[in-house]
Amino acid sequence: MATIVVDGVEFEVDEGQNLLHACLSQGLELPYFCWHPSLGSVGACRQCAVIQYADADDTRGRLTMACMTPAKDGTRISIQTETAKQFRASVIEWLMENHPHDCPVCEEGGECHLQDMTVMTGHTQRRYRGRKRTFENQYLGPFLNHEMNRCITCYRCVRFYNDYAGGTDLQVFGSRDRMYFGRTTDGVLENEFSGNLIEVCPTGVFTDKPFSESYTRKWDLSSAPSICAGCAVGCNTFVSERYGRLKRVHNRYHGELNGYFLCDRGRFGAGFVNSTDRIEHVGERVEDDFFDVLDVEVGIAKLAEMIRQGDVVGIGSPRASLETNVALKTLVGEAQFCTGMSSAEESLVDLIIQTQRATSADIPSLSDVESADAVLILGEDVLNTAPRVALALRQTVRNRALNLAGEAGIPQWQDAGVSSHAQGRLNPLFIASVLPSGIDDIAADLLHDVPLNLADCGFAIAACIGEATGSEPDFVRKAAAALRSAQNPLIVSGTSTRTRAIVEAAGAVVAALESAGKVPRLLLVAPEANSFGSGLIGGGLDMNTALQRVASGSTKTLIVAENDIFRRAERERVEQALCTVENLVVLDSLDTPTASLAGLVFPAATFAESTGTFVNYETRAQRFYCVFEPRHEIAPSWRWLAQAATDAGRDDLGWTHVDDVLEAVAASPNMAGVRAVAPDAGYLGSSLCKTPRETPRFSGRTAMNANVNIHEPKTSVDEETPLSFSMEGLNRDQPSALLPFVWAPGWNSNQSVFKFQQEVGGAAAGGDPGVRLLASGSIGTMPARSASVRSDRGGVDTGFRLIPVQAIFGSDELSSRSPPVVERSSAAFMIFSPMDAERLGATQGMGVSCSVLGATFAVTVDAAMKSGYVGVSVGFTGAEGELPDGLIGLAVDPNYRPTPNPHDRVIARG
Amino acid sequence: MVTLSTKPLTERVEAVGGVVDMAAYENAGGYEAARQAITKSEPEAVQGLVKDADLRGRGGAGFPTGVKWGFVPKGDAAGPGHKYLVCNADEMEPGTFKDRYLMEMDPHLLIEGMLIAAFAIGADKAYIFLRGEYHESFKQLYSALADASEKGYVGQNVFGSDFSVDLVIHRSGGRYICGEETALLNALEGKRGQPRTKPPFPPASGAWGRPTIVNNVETLCNVPGILKNGVDWFRDLGIGNDSGTKLYGVSGRVKRPGLWELPIGTTIREIIEEHAGGMQDGYKLRGILPGGASTDFLTIEHLDLPMDYGSIQAAGSRMGTGTMILMDDSICPVAISINLQHFFAQESCGFCTPCREGLPWLEQLLIDIEEGRGQPGDLELLDGNAAFIGAPGNTFCLHATGAMEPLLSALRCFREDFEAHIESGGCPYRERGH
Repeated sequence: MATIVVDGVEFEVDEGQNLLHACLSQGLELPYFCWHPSLGSVGACRQCAVIQYADADDTRGRLTMACMTPAKDGTRISIQTETAKQFRASVIEWLMENHPHDCPVCEEGGECHLQDMTVMTGHTQRRYRGRKRTFENQYLGPFLNHEMNRCITCYRCVRFYNDYAGGTDLQVFGSRDRMYFGRTTDGVLENEFSGNLIEVCPTGVFTDKPFSESYTRKWDLSSAPSICAGCAVGCNTFVSERYGRLKRVHNRYHGELNGYFLCDRGRFGAGFVNSTDRIEHVGERVEDDFFDVLDVEVGIAKLAEMIRQGDVVGIGSPRASLETNVALKTLVGEAQFCTGMSSAEESLVDLIIQTQRATSADIPSLSDVESADAVLILGEDVLNTAPRVALALRQTVRNRALNLAGEAGIPQWQDAGVSSHAQGRLNPLFIASVLPSGIDDIAADLLHDVPLNLADCGFAIAACIGEATGSEPDFVRKAAAALRSAQNPLIVSGTSTRTRAIVEAAGAVVAALESAGKVPRLLLVAPEANSFGSGLIGGGLDMNTALQRVASGSTKTLIVAENDIFRRAERERVEQALCTVENLVVLDSLDTPTASLAGLVFPAATFAESTGTFVNYETRAQRFYCVFEPRHEIAPSWRWLAQAATDAGRDDLGWTHVDDVLEAVAASPNMAGVRAVAPDAGYLGSSLCKTPRETPRFSGRTAMNANVNIHEPKTSVDEETPLSFSMEGLNRDQPSALLPFVWAPGWNSNQSVFKFQQEVGGAAAGGDPGVRLLASGSIGTMPARSASVRSDRGGVDTGFRLIPVQAIFGSDELSSRSPPVVERSSAAFMIFSPMDAERLGATQGMGVSCSVLGATFAVTVDAAMKSGYVGVSVGFTGAEGELPDGLIGLAVDPNYRPTPNPHDRVIARG
Repeated sequence: MVTLSTKPLTERVEAVGGVVDMAAYENAGGYEAARQAITKSEPEAVQGLVKDADLRGRGGAGFPTGVKWGFVPKGDAAGPGHKYLVCNADEMEPGTFKDRYLMEMDPHLLIEGMLIAAFAIGADKAYIFLRGEYHESFKQLYSALADASEKGYVGQNVFGSDFSVDLVIHRSGGRYICGEETALLNALEGKRGQPRTKPPFPPASGAWGRPTIVNNVETLCNVPGILKNGVDWFRDLGIGNDSGTKLYGVSGRVKRPGLWELPIGTTIREIIEEHAGGMQDGYKLRGILPGGASTDFLTIEHLDLPMDYGSIQAAGSRMGTGTMILMDDSICPVAISINLQHFFAQESCGFCTPCREGLPWLEQLLIDIEEGRGQPGDLELLDGNAAFIGAPGNTFCLHATGAMEPLLSALRCFREDFEAHIESGGCPYRERGH
């Protein structure tokens, strides 16, 4: 600790931290632009100038940039001295010379850091008389608008995009007062984290394009804390609404998990909530593809009757909340319940849970991931399956620069100095994967092979960590040596290749490191937001058994909660089951192939319209809160089930509030921790005093529905959560899980987040949200290597072996129904080795048809693909479900016409 | 008794009457200093000589060269990898053409200086970062380097010793800021030519993150003489407190504009009146930019100041590169300020706000004043902005500080001209037909 004196007042701060960081952490107001807690200091904007005094006798002092000056014991500065204030106002005056002052039509307006800082410095009078320079803007794809005239040249965009996120297609061009931040030509910003530019940019250069389509000012948004439904990382989000429409997703700071940044799947993938494919009413099938709307009571009565009759099998879902899954499991009984994962995936998730329990290796949070100093990725394409992990891994390798800087006496926050000294030297990352991945650029070494060979490689590394024979392949030897000599080795793997041996190999590497006296960490990825929740809940039936039982005719009723079964098993198997069963009941938010076969359909609330709990890859249970009341008859699935069960005379599902269900969840094995995840509805002790979802400046409340009814509607009372659907209430000092938005006096932009942290960049005020359900630590036995059947590779004549390939935009079910994500996804594709493609007569851009999958795929050729194998875009049309085993015949489809790429469009420039 | 040289930088050129080639250079004793140092001396000893000689950086900052060399970590402390010597030959200071003369006329002198410097700091890679427009310099250096390489003076086992150094000429893409040593290093690495944060300082972590010394051409050209003729000789060359000779230049309306090697500390009056032949008939001297465009104006009251680091600094300016630009009484101080500020605004790298946005605004204000659109309060606006932009530390590097030196001093020395522009609504000089 160091004592610094700011305007005569002493503060205890972290020694060596920069003064801006220290001042903000102490709650002092000091404007800034180019500094970012995750990006460090570069000293570009000169906005955080303060007067620094040499000693107590120095009364003049000199201007210095707080972000570039370390806090040392005895440092004396003044923020309030007139010279410092004048200089900071001058900086704003300079920045404003060319700024268009288009705040009324700018989407940043009202939550603009530039506005906030302008007000903070007190600059009001424009003295610049010259013409403003103007720029042409670029088309940057479906996610981002570009308005360069607003730019104040803080460099944060390129520093985030290139240095932090590894992007290559956003650059700074030009010099002097004509700096341009953009691409070389119009086109999609390719990086998977581009959406963060919306929040990183201190003004309105990069704004949210889908949000612009039905734009609302921040103060008019109603928001709630939420959890991203896009993958198993469970990034914390703010989800915002107005007029019953989901408007946007912003990052909600979580010190251990997502920090300040989300991936583009998470940010832009929630658009399915507004889809025209939403199921809005209870419906009964009358004839093929036609549903009659039923009265809610009638629908519930029908379901109740089915429940009374018995013989019910329930299929839950890894994309549904714990609450819904437990409700269905309670309703049908464990023996009749299937988690809803495919059989292969469920066995992998079980394997992961068994492995994580057996090893003493911790499951790393993302901040733990960043502190690793050697990493092995075994078979998992994290950039496409758990993208935020990949962003963390970029920091893991970059942290080598911090160590080198430390040795050279360069402060860690001195970003430019740290980078120029490190010169690209990285911590070692070894990637063994089927195909090249988007983070290969930071890898020390790469190995591309088919899944079982990757598993062999993992076991070889494990053996080599124990004892090197000297005859190992280079990759194995180097990876083993790097892991062994690391302080914090990390192993990353997961389910995406559907290969047990790969997960087992990852466990073996961790066990070998433990035997070698290391303290490794093990991160295993499963695909969906609640895959781990489903795994922990478990069920008596795996998917194939469940479908078999249903298909055999012994089941009268099948209830499917928020799941498209066609994505969980091979098509024939599913069709057989769903067409055989007498009563197929589907509760879902979107029309799916499963829902369209149902006899009875209930409209399910999405994550945005309901409150529930997801369990992420760390087994961290996290609460998402209902953002807005769903339209029509949409309700949480658990509520439909509870009502019908109660109607049927059951007394064990008499739940009326989500907190009641949560009690049932907490009573399940492994789930005791869920109570502590977030406060219940009684948090402030009164239904009248809650945390408001609406901002203190929410406008138009009395008139916003006047086109429907001139009478002001009564504000709904939220009985379910500690949040209110109004602007009244207490929005302070709550646990961070209950934070609906960030906004502080003088800080209207998202930069106000530091007001909601224990210190700048530290844990969220009130603690980082979530409770880990599983403690790791030598419970049970480490799974042994299972015998895997080594099958022959395929070929053009015999048919190919299919390997699942994941895509950030397209493989995930729900986000694939969000329009901007659809625009970014490609057509379903297959990846061939050059030799196979040639033999097949296929070239890039052609199509191949697969009769087994009943679909055609765009051909991609990749030299890393092994001959005899074909990578298939899973989750895409034609490959939604489990890929068939065995050798699959493929043929060039002469009628295939590639879908035109929307990104290739020509931009008219004028 | 051997008469030692008084013009170690230019004597060979004068003797040859043109470009000094390898034969002429060696005939004049060239490469002997480097050979002796590299084959018979130790790096520390060479550093010590240069330090004792009090050679100060001739690029403008005047930092003691030997002291700078001493910052390079030695032995294991340097860690594994290269060490670099970079010759800053990006001579872009307006009015400055001294390094160009040395490179075009006596390229072996620079190469020899670099060999000694590289040996002294243990550099195995050396670069000449050459201004892109210096085609003739490139031609001469290129051919001289080829000759030196052929003779084994550059490359592996220099002069048959254990010491090896590669020397590469890198032609700059062309930005004024690339003369700033850390921007130069970024440009050399292929990055944007923007200055770097300090620390780390280049001797600890410079080119490609390795220990690096950046020296000016003229500085390096002084090194062989020091080794050849000794520390005392070099110290005695200077007139005042500083050591050695200096290339002084004069441009402006003098009778004989040019460049001369004179003892450092020669007075401004002697340089202008004796060497440059005094002002042309009909013109009176009003202002002097003593060391290039980025130095404060001096006036005729400073004519008897010695051109050395300390004296010029004491007068409120900087000796800079030692190449003066003279402003006579026919030149409008506002117009010359526009010219200068246009240059600096254009050459801003665009990294920090005061420089990027402040300089173009000041240029515009000056244009307004010059063209009759000046308003009451504009001078105060100029004063205030220039003071904020110009104070060292307020901007990321010293580019804007340098830009403000001639402006702040012009506002001080020639204020009545600025006021007259605003009062009369135009430029009195134009009206007088200049």
